[in-house]
Amino acid sequence: MSIQEQVIQIIAEQAVLDPSDVTPESTLESLGIDSLGLVESIFAIEETFDISVPFNANNPAEGDFDISTVASIVSGIERLIAEQA
Amino acid sequence: MNRVVITGAGTINALGHNVPATLEAMREGVCGIGELSLRDVERLSIRIGGQVRGFEAEGRYNRQQMSLYDRFTQFTLAAAKEAIDQSGLTFSGELSARSGVVLGTAGGGVSTWDDNYRSVYEDGKNRVHPFVVPKLMNNAAASHVSMEHNLKGPSFTVSTACASSNHAMAQAFAMVRSGMAPVMVTGGSESMLCFGGVKAWEGLRVMSRDACRPFSANRNGMVQGEGAGVFVFEEMEHAKDRGADILCEIVGFAMSSDAADIVMPSKNGAARAMSGALADARISRDDVGYINAHGTGTAANDKTECAAVADVFGPHADKLMISSTKSMHGHLIGGTGAVELLACIMALRDGVIAPTIGYEEPDPECALDVVPNEAREEKVSVALSNAFAFGGMNAVLALRAV
Repeated sequence: MSIQEQVIQIIAEQAVLDPSDVTPESTLESLGIDSLGLVESIFAIEETFDISVPFNANNPAEGDFDISTVASIVSGIERLIAEQA
Repeated sequence: MNRVVITGAGTINALGHNVPATLEAMREGVCGIGELSLRDVERLSIRIGGQVRGFEAEGRYNRQQMSLYDRFTQFTLAAAKEAIDQSGLTFSGELSARSGVVLGTAGGGVSTWDDNYRSVYEDGKNRVHPFVVPKLMNNAAASHVSMEHNLKGPSFTVSTACASSNHAMAQAFAMVRSGMAPVMVTGGSESMLCFGGVKAWEGLRVMSRDACRPFSANRNGMVQGEGAGVFVFEEMEHAKDRGADILCEIVGFAMSSDAADIVMPSKNGAARAMSGALADARISRDDVGYINAHGTGTAANDKTECAAVADVFGPHADKLMISSTKSMHGHLIGGTGAVELLACIMALRDGVIAPTIGYEEPDPECALDVVPNEAREEKVSVALSNAFAFGGMNAVLALRAV
């Protein structure tokens, strides 16, 4: 499974949606994922890809890990995998 | 109903090992938060905290006591001794039979859990010390205080996460006010600064890696502390009859539940607790000069708390002072309200308002007088102490100068 497919699966599970309802353009907000759901999603991403994601729930925009869309999360993961390999 | 006063106070926390040292540090705006020193700290991503330093159980407690006292109990006993010594009370006869201990803690013997899990899971041992259970139980501290000081009345432990101490002190207050007990020893304690304790908090992603800066626009989370605060709550006439030195009067309290979210705070729940405490105390909102804020330094708490204060106090919100001493001693979780009550006592008794240190940038969503960075001398006659817990459980105490 590609990184994007795995991320879509994580996000879909969190949002209680079918993976086909999640697209690269989807925002977490539009899928109904709140701040707690976001923290859980980040945790699932870290566990799945064995990476450490810089993320502070007090200010989700502060880190350089862009959580605005599924696509931005995927590119963030690709970068972290390369950096932390 | 009886009037209730405080006749003794004790503490140990990152700012000091007793009340005078702690108040001196609060006056000076000292930061007790620093790099954590604990086993496996290199495996933590959060490595700062308000750790109690220079407190060695060895020498203070004997071998038998050490096998029964988790660190949260050790802190409690040290603080309780200071408070009861100051009150001048000794408990015997009728006073002993009717006086008790109500304490708050969120986690109880966390480091005892941690050490023994490590021993059986990591080290593969198949045997633990026989006293693990009585050492880690949440009521261990209250029980040892009752034994040490011969308190034979109603005693129990309250656990409502970050509001534990305030809920405990509210109970103790209600018991003395109603005449159920002439004296109650009350407050709270916490000692979660061990590997497992910090690791659990890391998971929530709300901890700061560098500092606790409540109300400051650049705040980035909370910082854990540890320690205890213990007080002697006494029926006013009982205290006056024996010529006790009265630190302040407790005049009211209120508790509320958000009934909304397990971690996100609610403005309405916080506001109902504050306005409820004012109503219970029968004091006008305009009389409140100081609020010791819950002020955790998280985005969620600080703006919700400030909005709740604005709702409750209206135009007076701009005149009162509100500070968070967590910036100095960290968040003592279940013990935090007890240590923070000391800042209220200092305001009422000494006319010194403890500052919110680490304040760097104004936040328009926290546009109140947060007493930034430096303590202030001002006469205050009524103070509130806020505590708003995970689980949406809130408890606010109202105190008055005597």
